[in-house]
Amino acid sequence: MSQIIGGLATSHVPSIGGAIAKGLQQDPYWKPFFDAFDPVHAWLAREKPDVAVVIYNDHGLGHFLDKMPTFAVGAADSYANADEGWGIPVLPPFPGHSALSWHIIEHLVADEFDITSCQEHLVDHAFSLPMKLMYPDAGSAWPVRTVPITINSVQHPLPTALRCWKLGQSLGRALESWTGCEKIVVVATGGLSHQLDGTRAGFINKDFDQLCMQKIVDDPVALTSYSNKEIVELAGSQGVELMCWIAMRGALGGHVSKIHGTYHVPISNTGGAVMLLENRPEASAIAAE
Amino acid sequence: MTSDWKIPGTPVFGGDEARKGYALNKMCFSFNGAENRASFKADEEGYMEKYGLTPQQRAAIRSRNVLQLIEAGGNVYYLAKFAGIFGLSVQDIGAQQTGMSLAEFKHHLAAQGA
Repeated sequence: MSQIIGGLATSHVPSIGGAIAKGLQQDPYWKPFFDAFDPVHAWLAREKPDVAVVIYNDHGLGHFLDKMPTFAVGAADSYANADEGWGIPVLPPFPGHSALSWHIIEHLVADEFDITSCQEHLVDHAFSLPMKLMYPDAGSAWPVRTVPITINSVQHPLPTALRCWKLGQSLGRALESWTGCEKIVVVATGGLSHQLDGTRAGFINKDFDQLCMQKIVDDPVALTSYSNKEIVELAGSQGVELMCWIAMRGALGGHVSKIHGTYHVPISNTGGAVMLLENRPEASAIAAE
Repeated sequence: MTSDWKIPGTPVFGGDEARKGYALNKMCFSFNGAENRASFKADEEGYMEKYGLTPQQRAAIRSRNVLQLIEAGGNVYYLAKFAGIFGLSVQDIGAQQTGMSLAEFKHHLAAQGA
């Protein structure tokens, strides 16, 4: 049987790619963020997941406003990265897992999520950089197969936090019912608070971010009561990327153990956050009895 | 409706903006490609004509002013690709929109982590 072993969440700003390319991981500005991945690397080396399901928001590489899916699921055996216009290195293609993708698609649609399936899909920095952060020495031999899932954060109306939570729950049930024997990590990328546009550009809300990092561990349902307007007010226009964290958490069981959490301001314009959660399905089963 | 949100200093990109800004955003989306960036740099007016930008959008592109570009329907995710042509980062465009120097804007970001 397949097993969801845990969840990883990380911020995903493009300049991480520039920092990697320039070897700035130990530069004082970047060190707190990159050091957060030391325990992640140890965990990945120990647990050796076979598959990463990566929930993120596209920034205008894989999707455009001509057809903007609220939720999209990659259904390919390979996903290319590409030039996004600002000069960060293009990473080697990522292996997909189309059989698992179609299992997820079947399950989500049966569960009344009207997703878009993508047999061709370019993955942007929000997918590629977290993979590089997880596996900095992989080169072109990525050690996991991947399933990208995107949540619209570009064009309102966006799905609500509650809807993203339910999507994650449905994803979790899909992964649990997969008959393969893979170990699966669910990755969320984005956030936390930031705003790129308007005269409030540069807004970061440390208190709200830290509240979210606490709630995502032991009371994620509390986060589903925020409206999208409230999230934009509290976390900035692009802070809505919190949705990816909420969906990831929904895919894990009722109980998780926090292996690691780092919060550091700023990386680029963003409250930089990294969190690693280990799934505790046995604890959930006990609680349900 | 997102048009009713009225969060100070915070543009919200909804249906009205998506319709208004379509040509501008489509042009900026094309800047994913290096050859398109080069074509734009070689002939900005011709490139804007090709994408059918409105007079307001053309003026905003000429001005390099992010707030004007947003007013013309631009979405910041696509506008960031336009800014990238000039080597401008999100700190540069943040400083421009807030009227701060780049150093002041970076200090503002860091101060919120204290």
